[in-house]
Amino acid sequence: MIKKDTWVRIHGIVLEPSERSANVPEDTSKVPLEFWTKGWLTEDADIGQKVTVRTACGRTQAGTLIEAEPMYELNYGKLVPELIEIGPKLRQLLEEDHE
Amino acid sequence: MSKADQILQEKNVIMKKAVGIDYDIFEQDGIAFDYERMMRESGYTIEELQEIQSHFFVGNTPIIELYNLTKLARQYAKPGYGARIMIKDEACNPSGSFKARRASISVYEAKRLGYKGILTATSGNYGAAVASLAAKEGLKCIVVQETYDSRHVGQPEIVEKARACEAYGAEVFQLSVGPELFSTFLQLLKDTEYFNASLYTPFGIAGVETLGYEIAIDMREKYGKDPEAVVITNAGGGNLTGTARGLIKAGALNSRIVAASVDLSGLHMASDNAFNRKSFTTGHTGFGMPFCTNPDRSDVPRSAARPMRYIDEYYTITQGEVFFMTEALANLEGLERGPAGNTSLAVAFSLAQQMKEDEIILVQETEYTGAGKHLNPQLSFARDNGIEIKFGDPKDQVPGQNIILPSDPAMITAVPVDMDRLRRSYLKNLQPQMEGRELSELERTYLKDELKLNDEQLEQLLNGDD
Repeated sequence: MIKKDTWVRIHGIVLEPSERSANVPEDTSKVPLEFWTKGWLTEDADIGQKVTVRTACGRTQAGTLIEAEPMYELNYGKLVPELIEIGPKLRQLLEEDHE
Repeated sequence: MSKADQILQEKNVIMKKAVGIDYDIFEQDGIAFDYERMMRESGYTIEELQEIQSHFFVGNTPIIELYNLTKLARQYAKPGYGARIMIKDEACNPSGSFKARRASISVYEAKRLGYKGILTATSGNYGAAVASLAAKEGLKCIVVQETYDSRHVGQPEIVEKARACEAYGAEVFQLSVGPELFSTFLQLLKDTEYFNASLYTPFGIAGVETLGYEIAIDMREKYGKDPEAVVITNAGGGNLTGTARGLIKAGALNSRIVAASVDLSGLHMASDNAFNRKSFTTGHTGFGMPFCTNPDRSDVPRSAARPMRYIDEYYTITQGEVFFMTEALANLEGLERGPAGNTSLAVAFSLAQQMKEDEIILVQETEYTGAGKHLNPQLSFARDNGIEIKFGDPKDQVPGQNIILPSDPAMITAVPVDMDRLRRSYLKNLQPQMEGRELSELERTYLKDELKLNDEQLEQLLNGDD
């Protein structure tokens, strides 16, 4: 059970595939237009339940509860070996020019 | 009519309420409208813009001479050639990009007109800029962004931008891929009655004029002249339009206005499958070309971003070349900046080699970097999504399939865009409104201004002669 007033993430469907605009490419027209937002839960609820939240700007938004206390999973990624070759190579090019 | 299209019927009414501008009064005759009058009556003078921006501590960013990159470029130039390369470090703005300039005027206008909040649709630096300045003015803020594909996978750069907006207290309303973002945005505008911080209102453009103006004033003070060329990354056209207008207002009429975009040809911008196969979310041809040939495709009835009026030359560059230059900027100049802002730097590195040693080529922006918004996570993400990354000749790139880092800096080559092809495409887009009738004198004058042409050139283009 996720307690009321917990900061959560919700998800929902804005448009079903059948409701999508006529000018979207074929691959896009086969999938729904989805949304995600975050806010404080207005009532106790479980993951997967329909809920409403009070968002950062004070709006009320309904959706499906998907995550409590959502975290940022950003990072600098795995090493890209090619990238670390560039610096030394460029420094060498400049040094050669000095000689 | 689809559900997404229903709200579009109300577009003009919602927008009038949300930007406080009656666009009808600027309409003239047929296809023509009075652009300069719109900019004059809805915009601000340079002095007013500077005053607003100084309140927000936006602008007056330093210009840095890139000695080592200049030296490197000269190794590939013939004797006496290789212009001095300089960069305006716009990452020094609050929220880390030149977009703070555009946001400052919109936020000021929203506050002045008494709006409770401000809304913007963007996946990029502009959202963070609006959120940051809205925080300073006590305005509520919602940023609508296209974030995920249908697998719920998001570009690291966009996910980072959402984090930044949330850090400034904004709500970030995220969507999956699709042009119906616009109808969702309109619905939110209608529901909240917030101000629309569009990138395409006169405020959104006027805010960049100070950038061009500062370039001219600072360069004259330090180097005694205007730069021979100013390279500007082009997407929606606002950066280019505003900078060029600022240079003109400062009297810098001889600086060449050079547009630069990352070549993403072949990737459909509204495609769910292609969404995560591109490593640049802005500054690319997917925005740059359509906004040149149809500027009024924006979210307001008449866009204030009209790049074709100002572009002297337009070049594309590949993703791999921009990533390479980003690494070069960090390693040779000690400036770690975000890759998107370095599109124009990669173009400048190539063009400098064709310019004389005593000439100056100025890159007019940098942007902040951080987890997500950095070349390493973007390339790591690309590799995880099946994009091949290798050293080679950037000419062999296929957007969405590979990213080719140049094996040698000599391979970095800006590829010219045929401006007349863009002009013909612009006219083709207006064809339905021009069909089967003579254009009025006012319309002809309008087209000459829009396409930067004289009478004869316009005639040739209209008659289809090359």
